[in-house]
Amino acid sequence: MNDLPLLSAEAMASFAARGFLRFDAAVPEDLNRQFLDEMGDIAPPRPGQRMMRTYGEMLARAGVPQTPAGVPLAQAYPEGSALKRLLDLPLVAGAVRSLVGEDPVFDHHFLHVTFPPAYHEASGGENVSQHYHQDSTIDPRRAFDIQIMYYPHTVTRDMGGTRFLPGSHLRKVSEAAIARYQNIRGQQHMVCEGGTLLFLHSGIWHGGGVNVSDRTRTMFKVRINPSRSQVRQFDVSTLKPQDAQRPIFYLKGALPPSVEQILMTQEPWYENDTGRLELLNRVRFWRYLTGDPDYDADYWATRIENLADA
Amino acid sequence: MLRQKVLVLYLANSALDSTVVGWSLFDGTGETRRMAGDEDLAPYPTGLHALRDGWRLIQASPLLPHARGEEFDLAYLKYEFLFEQIVETGE
Repeated sequence: MNDLPLLSAEAMASFAARGFLRFDAAVPEDLNRQFLDEMGDIAPPRPGQRMMRTYGEMLARAGVPQTPAGVPLAQAYPEGSALKRLLDLPLVAGAVRSLVGEDPVFDHHFLHVTFPPAYHEASGGENVSQHYHQDSTIDPRRAFDIQIMYYPHTVTRDMGGTRFLPGSHLRKVSEAAIARYQNIRGQQHMVCEGGTLLFLHSGIWHGGGVNVSDRTRTMFKVRINPSRSQVRQFDVSTLKPQDAQRPIFYLKGALPPSVEQILMTQEPWYENDTGRLELLNRVRFWRYLTGDPDYDADYWATRIENLADA
Repeated sequence: MLRQKVLVLYLANSALDSTVVGWSLFDGTGETRRMAGDEDLAPYPTGLHALRDGWRLIQASPLLPHARGEEFDLAYLKYEFLFEQIVETGE
């Protein structure tokens, strides 16, 4: 019997539509403190030392295991370590189960630190944000990985929290090919309390911000793969049966909240025509997540699947 | 000395007077250093507003037919318009 707190149908629909779920201050403060203690102090800036060396020394010192890709997630971290405790939090374990199913697999992790201007000045380098990119490489699957971004301390706007673009996860692009895009309407910047978690679909466009504060900014990321089915892993008891399609276009007022309402809400950056294709692709993604090959919302799929050849 | 500023606008459709959904600015004068995530409000409401402000259009995305079987595949921003300004820097 699975007693994890699984994601509701509404939360899952929001993930399907927007490609992320955010849990503010979800990690207890004692665990945040343990994590930061295990990471260790970051050395102060040294004149003439290049940032790559500073980063390398930091990674070597931090208490993060050098874990092989492809091991069961359950074996990725030692018992009692901050990261093991984090993954065992019911909220985290329930969300991971809902999104990637049983027996998830560790892909990789990384300790992301953005350094304040003093480090860049000491190294002679430029302090700039990271370009927009989609992690890994072109990924044509309907299946998906997730990435958990963990912010162990408060992140203010000037510390350059992760920038990401809601609703970009279903676009098939090639990593940094999207770097030309500096700003896109609706982009979000992670400004958050310590202990905040951001669960991302692996296709989300994102990049690290520029840190113009006087403190380092730490974020830990772990990528997780499914090893079994991702179908109907969320709390399907909250999934309401769809009796009929909703009325579309000609509406006399707002329609009640529903999974369809979540799936059919566009992002401000969607182009006029491709925004509709995004809705259609969300319908197809929801079919995958619910195992319902006939699902539709607002008639987008039904209309073009009508071959009139019965 | 003359230097080039390049403004890239991504619009909501193929018309220059449609809404800006994304933007980038690369400043060859060195006066500003723009970068990813540095601005959440678009510099112009539409591409036409950029023209009215003196930007010269130098390239627009072509409209391409949709390959059979790939009609619903989405990737890059579709309506990209490149503008330039040539600026006297006084160097």
